[in-house]
Amino acid sequence: MRNIFQEIWGVLRNNKLRTFLTGFSVAWGVFMLILLLGAGNGLKNGVQSKFSWRAKNAITLWAGRTSLPYKGMPKNKEVSFRPEDVSAFLKLHPEVSHFTAVLDRSGDTLSVGKESVFNLIKAVSPDYPSIRNIQIISGGGRFINEADMKMARKVAVIHERTAEILFKSKSAVGRFVKAGKVMYKVVGVYTEDLMQTSPDIFIPLSTAGKIYFPDEKYKNLEMVVDGVNSMEENETFEQGLRETLGNVGGFSPDDPNAMYIRNTISDYLQTQGIFGGIQLFIWIIGIGTLIAGIVGVSNIMLISVKERTRELGIRKALGATPLSILKLVVIESVFVTLFFGYLGMIAGIGLTEGVNALLESGGTKSDMIFQNPTVELSIALSATLVLVLAGVLAGYFPARKAVRVKPIEALRNE
Amino acid sequence: MIRLEQIHKTYHNGSPLHVLKGIDLEVEKGEMVSIMGASGSGKSTLLNILGILDDYDSGNYYLNNMLIKNLSETKAAEYRNRMIGFVFQSFNLISFKNAMENVALPLYYQNVSRKKRNMLAMEYLEKMGLREHAFHLPSELSGGQKQRIAIARALIAQPQIILADEPTGALDSKTSLEVMDLLKEVNNEGMTLVIVTHERDIAVRTNKIIHIKDGIIDSTEILK
Repeated sequence: MRNIFQEIWGVLRNNKLRTFLTGFSVAWGVFMLILLLGAGNGLKNGVQSKFSWRAKNAITLWAGRTSLPYKGMPKNKEVSFRPEDVSAFLKLHPEVSHFTAVLDRSGDTLSVGKESVFNLIKAVSPDYPSIRNIQIISGGGRFINEADMKMARKVAVIHERTAEILFKSKSAVGRFVKAGKVMYKVVGVYTEDLMQTSPDIFIPLSTAGKIYFPDEKYKNLEMVVDGVNSMEENETFEQGLRETLGNVGGFSPDDPNAMYIRNTISDYLQTQGIFGGIQLFIWIIGIGTLIAGIVGVSNIMLISVKERTRELGIRKALGATPLSILKLVVIESVFVTLFFGYLGMIAGIGLTEGVNALLESGGTKSDMIFQNPTVELSIALSATLVLVLAGVLAGYFPARKAVRVKPIEALRNE
Repeated sequence: MIRLEQIHKTYHNGSPLHVLKGIDLEVEKGEMVSIMGASGSGKSTLLNILGILDDYDSGNYYLNNMLIKNLSETKAAEYRNRMIGFVFQSFNLISFKNAMENVALPLYYQNVSRKKRNMLAMEYLEKMGLREHAFHLPSELSGGQKQRIAIARALIAQPQIILADEPTGALDSKTSLEVMDLLKEVNNEGMTLVIVTHERDIAVRTNKIIHIKDGIIDSTEILK
């Protein structure tokens, strides 16, 4: 074994150009593969983070008035849900992953000193940001949490533009705003993509129940539903919703006016389609680059072995067995492709991680369409192994042919 | 040393080509024999069969009283390695190996350690008067020097016979004579040699000339 490595080392050292070209083609193949996959992943991650808020089926429902008599009740009854109706409903529908009831309170002036705005107060639960696309700005405190709910704290989350009007600054956290006759402590400042002329102010649902709605009747529910992946499934879910809520709310599931439902299933499906498309795009890039790499590596191995036909013929005449020649070629190509494949992989991972570090240090992460352009190590490793295998096979077959050819003519002429 | 009995060989490239049509030949130990013939006469096919680089269709080939017939590739390689030394017209040295490594190569296939085979190679180079060129690449050497390295390589495994295929074909006349003198010297030490040539000047320096024509032995000239 030591003998054969000495021999291979001698061959490699004395054929530097060939070794370099073979190695370079392998290293380049792996490098480009990781680079392109990284770029594809960057696009995917960027798009996902930018559009992930659309990647859900958010359902909003409003209670209306019955238009059909139900269980002895006359029609034209106002529909609403009590908190116990809601918890009964949630138990029956585990596919609801986020949920809030919403109570609206209008007519109060929000004021701080002389400054005032005239906005809607929305009472919601801590799940609300997961349903609607609102985000706390960086350094802007927090959204309403469970403790606020439990203790019915008088806290509020206001929009950044409201904060600028009322406090002349976005840093409103910890300060107080007056809504009508009630003082609220600002705990968070939020932003949202949709530009509303008069953005809402959020307070805990429990607080609103105590102050404004002692009868605690909900007419507006919002939720995110998981595991609904087609229009038909959504239809089925909504039918179930009408039955369950009709049961607790006292209306017929077939009554079109008792409850109105709006969903984002088509947005959701479209976004899933976009993500799927990008995923497919990455696969195509990956497989395409891999094939290009295999062709490149195989080509150079073919040429390399072809170039050695004479040398292999000489070795054969001097008593090399077919096996020893195959061993020479195969071990050599394994060694070269592994070594340079590893270098290419390190270079590719190094570059993509470097770009990632650069992007992340650039701050404003969520704004970019290109994020985290890196490749999983397992994918990088298996791609490298595929290329190494391709190189070895590409070397093996011509070598076997060279071994079979009688060295007579090859040795006779220059 | 060599005994051929009714050797036939046909190549099947498109239309069958009957190259050797019953060769009977005997070469004694220590003889130096030349084979002459026009191109296409079958002399190189004969040499390939003698060198176990090719098989034959029918007949028998005994080398050192061993029947060489239907050998596996591996067995053929082993016999070539231990019993036959080759000298070629175009030297066939490995271009990226220096003189010493080229000479030592047959011993690599006998699993001799590198140190030992390089030492032996140096000894043979010394004999050829090429010790100071041991670390030169073939491209840095003259044709005569290259052929002497090839001869050293043919000798290092101490084979039964040396097969030389136009050993002076690529050399000028002065160097040709030097190489022939060297081969003669090797012969004088008891080595059996078979030389294929088309030059009469070279052939007459051997003990026996075998003329091949159209796949059979046309005549045999005994010299001296």
